[in-house]
Amino acid sequence: MVGYLFLAIAIISLAGFYAGRSKAQTSVGKLSELHSLPNFHGGFIAAWIGIPSIIVVLLWLLFQGTVIDNLLLSSLPADKVEGMDQAQLSLVLSEVRSVAAGNIFGDPEPHIIAAAERYNSWYSISRWSMVAVALAMCLIALLFTRSKISGRFRARHRVERIMDGIMVVCSVIAILTTFGIVVSLLVEALRFFDLVSPLEFFFGLNWEPQIAIRADQVTGGGAFGAIPVFIGTLQIAFLAMSVATPLGLFSAIYLTEYSGPRFRKAIKPVLEILAGIPTVVYGFFAVLVVAPSMREFGATIGLDIAPNSALAAGAVMGIMLIPFVSSLSDDAISSVPDAMRHGSYGLGATKGETIIKVLLPAALPGIMGGILLATSRAIGETMIVVMAAGIIATLTMNPLEPVTTVTVQIVTLLIGDTEFDNPKTLAAFALGLVLFVVTLMLNILAQRVVRKYRERYE
Amino acid sequence: MADVTPSTSKKKSGKAKPAPKGKAKAPEAKTNGNSTDATGLRTKTDRPLTSSRQDLALDQSTKISSSDVCVFYGDKQALFDVNVDILSNHVTALIGPSGCGKSTYLRCLNRMNDVIDIARVTGNIIVDGIDIYDPDVDVVELRARVGMVFQKPNPFPKSIYENIAYGPRIHGLASSKSDMDEIVENSLKRAGLWKEVHDRLHEPGTGLSGGQQQRLCIARAIAISPSVILMDEPCSALDPIATAIVEELIEELRQNYTIVIVTHSMQQAARVSQRTAYFHLGYLVEYGETDQIFQAPKDERTQNYITGRIG
Amino acid sequence: MSDTALHSPPGPIRSHDWGSASARKRVKRRYMHDRILQWVGLGSIGTGVVLLLILLSSLVSTGLPAFQTTKVALDLFIDPSLVSREDPGKGNFRKITRDAFAKYFPDVTSRSDKRQLYKIMSSGAPFNVRKHILKNPELIGQNISYAVPLSDPYDQLHKGVIPRQIEALSRGQQQLGEQLKQRRLLSLEDGKTAANLTIFINPELVNAEDPAGGDFAPMLAEAIRAIFPRASPTITRDILAPDAADTVKQTVVEAPALIGKTLQLKVPVSQNFDNLFRTGEAMIDNPRFGDPKVFAWYDSLAERNLLQSNFSIELFTNADSRFPEQAGLLGAIAGSFFSLVVCFLLSFVAGIAAAIYLEEFAPKNKFTDLIEVNINNLAAVPSVVFGLLGLAVFLGTFGMPRSSPLVGGMVLSLMTLPTIIIATRAALQAVPPSIREAALGVGASRHQVITHHVLPLAMPGILTGTIIGLAQALGETAPLLLIGMNAFIPSIESIGILEPATALPTQIFSWADSPERGFVSRTSAAILILLGFLFIMNATAIYLRQKFERRW
Repeated sequence: MVGYLFLAIAIISLAGFYAGRSKAQTSVGKLSELHSLPNFHGGFIAAWIGIPSIIVVLLWLLFQGTVIDNLLLSSLPADKVEGMDQAQLSLVLSEVRSVAAGNIFGDPEPHIIAAAERYNSWYSISRWSMVAVALAMCLIALLFTRSKISGRFRARHRVERIMDGIMVVCSVIAILTTFGIVVSLLVEALRFFDLVSPLEFFFGLNWEPQIAIRADQVTGGGAFGAIPVFIGTLQIAFLAMSVATPLGLFSAIYLTEYSGPRFRKAIKPVLEILAGIPTVVYGFFAVLVVAPSMREFGATIGLDIAPNSALAAGAVMGIMLIPFVSSLSDDAISSVPDAMRHGSYGLGATKGETIIKVLLPAALPGIMGGILLATSRAIGETMIVVMAAGIIATLTMNPLEPVTTVTVQIVTLLIGDTEFDNPKTLAAFALGLVLFVVTLMLNILAQRVVRKYRERYE
Repeated sequence: MADVTPSTSKKKSGKAKPAPKGKAKAPEAKTNGNSTDATGLRTKTDRPLTSSRQDLALDQSTKISSSDVCVFYGDKQALFDVNVDILSNHVTALIGPSGCGKSTYLRCLNRMNDVIDIARVTGNIIVDGIDIYDPDVDVVELRARVGMVFQKPNPFPKSIYENIAYGPRIHGLASSKSDMDEIVENSLKRAGLWKEVHDRLHEPGTGLSGGQQQRLCIARAIAISPSVILMDEPCSALDPIATAIVEELIEELRQNYTIVIVTHSMQQAARVSQRTAYFHLGYLVEYGETDQIFQAPKDERTQNYITGRIG
Repeated sequence: MSDTALHSPPGPIRSHDWGSASARKRVKRRYMHDRILQWVGLGSIGTGVVLLLILLSSLVSTGLPAFQTTKVALDLFIDPSLVSREDPGKGNFRKITRDAFAKYFPDVTSRSDKRQLYKIMSSGAPFNVRKHILKNPELIGQNISYAVPLSDPYDQLHKGVIPRQIEALSRGQQQLGEQLKQRRLLSLEDGKTAANLTIFINPELVNAEDPAGGDFAPMLAEAIRAIFPRASPTITRDILAPDAADTVKQTVVEAPALIGKTLQLKVPVSQNFDNLFRTGEAMIDNPRFGDPKVFAWYDSLAERNLLQSNFSIELFTNADSRFPEQAGLLGAIAGSFFSLVVCFLLSFVAGIAAAIYLEEFAPKNKFTDLIEVNINNLAAVPSVVFGLLGLAVFLGTFGMPRSSPLVGGMVLSLMTLPTIIIATRAALQAVPPSIREAALGVGASRHQVITHHVLPLAMPGILTGTIIGLAQALGETAPLLLIGMNAFIPSIESIGILEPATALPTQIFSWADSPERGFVSRTSAAILILLGFLFIMNATAIYLRQKFERRW
C-alpha cells in the first residue's frame, strides 16, 4: 500500500519534471533566452511535487499509530478501563490489536471485539485519507509550480535553494542523533530515578535487578546499587588496557623507528585486521579458546579460574584494542619532527635512547590521547563482555572471578523486553546514560589532549 | 686541565696513517640502513678516538682527512671523490650553490647519513687517525666526538637543563648531580648563554628565542666534549643580531674545537672561517685559505660563484 | 647567584677516555638496551600476529566441519495412503521416513530400541522429505532414494569432531591413582589390579557372632582416608570396586579372630582404575550418545557405505533451526542484507549531502562548529547506546516494527553516518581547488561545480569510505540485539523488511549460546562466512582506492 503510494508520487514527480521541461522549452523562441536550463525547470516542479508529499506520508505513518491508540483508549467503555495503570492499558491495546489482526485466542469480551472493529475501520480511514491527501498535494503542487514557469523564471536558483535545504537537513541529522540519544536516555533514566533513588544507584553495593521483574516488587524489591557493575567495568577495561597498551605501544615503536619500510607496509595491515574483526567474533573466541585454556592453565598451577573470568574477557578485549593503541601511538611518534631524532643521534644517542628519552616524552600527549580513546572503547565494548564475562554483579577485585559490566547489564536487562515501565528495564537506560556520559568525557578529553599536542608541532 | 692533554694529539695526527684496509673495502661499506645504525658496529678491536686538543691557535695538523669520498642516494650519486684535509682548531667553511653536496659531505663526517635508509658512502674519512667508516668504529662514540649543530634550532621539548644534561647522561659523563650541574654551567658559559638563562634552567628550552635556542643546541653539543663541531647552516633560521652573536661564538669556540660549518652566505664564510671549500654539483672544486679563495680563486666556477654569477 | 659566579669563565674542558674499560662496558650496555627495546617491539608485533593466527586458525579448525553434512541415503516409499495428492503438506512424513530408516535394521523390533535407533537420524529429516515432496508432488506413490542428515551427535562423530570414547576419570582422580602407584600400594592379582590397604576391622561395625552381617564399607573408607586425608568422601567409591567390601567380609568370615585387629589386605579396585593401571588409560563410551547399542547400529550403517559426506549446501539455503544439523544462515544473511540496504540508502545520501554542505557551503560559525564536534563525537559513542536510542525512539516513540531489518538498518545508518561524512569530506578536500576554479571560471554555479566536477572526482574516495562504513555495520551486534533483531527465524518464507528478522552477527551470538556441540561448529562456520563478506567488502574498498586514487 505505502509502497504503491511512493511509486505513484515518484511517477507524478517524473511527469512533473517532463512537463516543466517541455513548458520551459516551448515558452521561449531560443533556448538561450531561458534564464535556467530546462532541466532545472523540470527539477523545480519535481521537487515541489515529491518532497512535501513524501514528508507528509512519513509523518502520517509515524503518528497514525499513536493517534489511533489514543482514540481507541478513550473510546473504550469507561467502566472497563477504570483504575487501570499504563501496563494494563497497553495489555488491553495489544489484545485489541491481535483481535483486529484476526488472531483470536479464547473468547474476547464484546467491548474488545467492538474496539477491534473500530480499530480496523479507523485504520482504513486513516490509510485512504493519507493517500488522498498525498495525491492532492502532488496535483496542487504540479498545477501551482507549472504556472510559474516562464523564460525568465529563475528555476536554477530555486532548485539550488532546495538542494541547500536538503543538505542542511542532512547535516542536522548528526545533531538530532545526539539530541535523540541524550533525550531518550535522560527521560528514561529520570523515570528510573523516580523509582530508585540516585543515591542508591550511584553508591549502592548490591546489584540484583532481576528480582524486580515480579509485579509485586516494583519498587524496593530489586537492588539497584551499581557500584559492583561500575567496578567490574573498570576492572575489565583496566585488564584490557594492560594487555593493549604495552603490546600496541611497543609495536608502534618498532614499526616507526626500527622496521624497514617494507616490513612496515606488510605488517601494518595485518595488525589492522585485528581491528576489523567484529566484536562478536572476539566474544566467541574468548568463550571457545581463551577462557578454557586459561582455566586449564590455572588448574595446572593450582589456580581456580572461573570460566567467565574478568581476565579472559579483558585479555580478549585487549587483543582487539592492540591495533587501536598501536596506530594512534604510531601517529604520535611519527609526528615528532625529525629534527628531534637528528638532534639526539647527533649527540651520539643510540636509537633506543632516542626513543625512550626524546621521542616518547615528546609524543606522550598523543599517546595518552590514544590510550584514553582506547579506554573509552573498552568501557563501551559490548559483545565480548556479553559473551565472555559474567552476569551476576559481584563486588570483587580478583580478576580470576567473574564480574559484570555496564554494557552486559544493559543487554541482559533489555533482551526480550520492550515495555519501559519497571525499574529493571529503566535501569538499563540509567546505565546507558552513565556509559554515554563517561565515554563522551573520555573522548572530549582525548581529543583535547591530541589537539594540544598537534598544535605544538605545527 | 684541558690545557694539559694536548701533546698526544700531535703525535696521533702525526702518525695517523690512514687505516690501510680502508680503501680496499670501501665499496662494500656503509649501507647502514637505519636498523643497523644503532645496533653498533664496534665489537672487538679497541681503537678509541682518543681526545686530542690543543691551545695552539693555528696548528697546521690535520684533524679530519677524507679521500675519495662518494655518496649515493639510491642510484643517484650526490658526492664525487671528495678529498679534503680539515685542520685542527680551524674553522672550515663549506660553500656552494644549493644541492652542491656540502651538507651531504658534512653529514658524512659524523655518519649522520646512516640515518637515511638509502644513503651509501664510499671512500675513507679519517678522524684523529681512525677511519670512521671502519666496521669497528662505533657511531655512538663517533658522534660524541664529532658533535653537530643543525640548520634549524632543535632543542628537545624538555627544560634547558635537561637539554644540556641529555648528552652527558646517556654517555655517563657526569659522576654526580653536582658534577652534572657543573657540566651544564660550563657548557652554557662556553656557548655564551649562561648569563641569559642561569635563573631559568628548568624552563622549557623551546621557550627561548631562535638565537638562544641555537646557542642552546651548541651548548648541548659542547656538553659531551667533542673535539669537532659540525654546523649545518647554523644561522639560516636566525635574525642578523642573533647571527652576529653565534658568529662571535664560533670564533671563540675555535680555541678549543675544530669547526666545520656549512653556510649559504659567502660573507659569513669570509667572516668566520680560516679555510674554505667550494663545492659544485657534487664535486669539490677548490679548497684553500679563505682569503685566497675569496680574493684569488683558481677555478673559474669558484670565481663565478663568488662574484654572484651562479648560486 | 653571585655576580662573580655569573661572570667567571667556564671551567676547563673535560676529556673523556673512550678507551677505558668502563667506558667500553657502558657503550656495550647501551647497545644492549637498544637491542632489548628492539626485540620487545618485534615481540609485541609477533604476539599480535600470533594471536591473530590463533584466532583465525581456531575458527577455521572448528568451523570447517560445519561445511560438511553427514547424510544417510533412504529408500523411501511415498505411500499415497499417508500422503494425499490433494494436500501433501499434511502427510505423515514422520512415519514414511522412520519406516525407511528402520528397513536398514530389520533386527531392531522393540519400541524402546527403535526409539534409540531413530536418534541416529536428524529429527528434522521428515521435514526435509516433506519439502522435497512438496516441490515434486509427482513423486507421491513412488519409491525414491533420498538422503537425510544424521542427528548432531552422530554427524559430529562421523566427522571425528567428538570422540566415541572419553576418559572416564577426571584429572584429579587420575592424580590419586598416580599417587597410589607411587606409594606402591597397587599390585596385579590374577590379571586384576588390587589395592593394598591397611584395614582396621572395627569391632563396633562387626561382631564375632555374625561376621557376615558386618558393615565393612566404612572400614574401607577409613583405610582410604588414611592414605588421602584431604580427598572428598566419594573417593572410596571411585577407587575401589563395588565388591571390595565383600573381599573384606570374606576374609573376616574366614578368620573372625581378626575383628578388632588391623590387617593388610588386597582389595580389588574399580573397573576404571583397573583399566588406568593396566593399560595407562581408562576410557568409557561417550555418554552423549546414550545407549552403547546405538554405536553398533551406527557402525553397521557406516560399514554398509550408507553414510555420505556432502558439502553442506543447507548451511546457505536453510533458515535457522533448533537442530544444528538442519540450521542454516539464509535468514541471517537475508536479514543482514536488508538492513545493509536500508543503512546504505539512508546513510549514503544523507552522508554525502551533509559532507558537501559542511565542506563546501557551510559558513564558519558556532552552529557548523557544533555539527562538526557532534559528528566527531558520534563516531566514538559506544554502539550499545545507539541500540538504546533505537529501542527508545524508533520502537518506543514511533512504534516501528520490532526486530525488523528496517529499524536495524536505521540504527546502523546512524552509526555509519559519521564514518561516511568524515570519508566524504576527506575525499572532497583531496580535489584540488584548481578544478573548482576552472569550473567557476567558465560560469558554472557553485552547485554545478560540485555536482559536475568535484563529486565525480571524489566518488571513489566516497565509495571507499561508504564500503568501509557498511562493513563495520555488517559486524555490529549490540544495537541489533537491543532492537530485538535476534529473532528465531525457522522459515525462509517470513523474510521481509518489516518482518522480525535476524542478522549474521546476532545469529552468531544466538548460536554461540546454544549448548549443542554442532552449534559450536556452526557458529565458527557462520563467523567464517561473516569474515568472508567483510573480506570481500574491504578488498573492494582497497581495490577502488588503488584503482582510482589520484595524485594531483
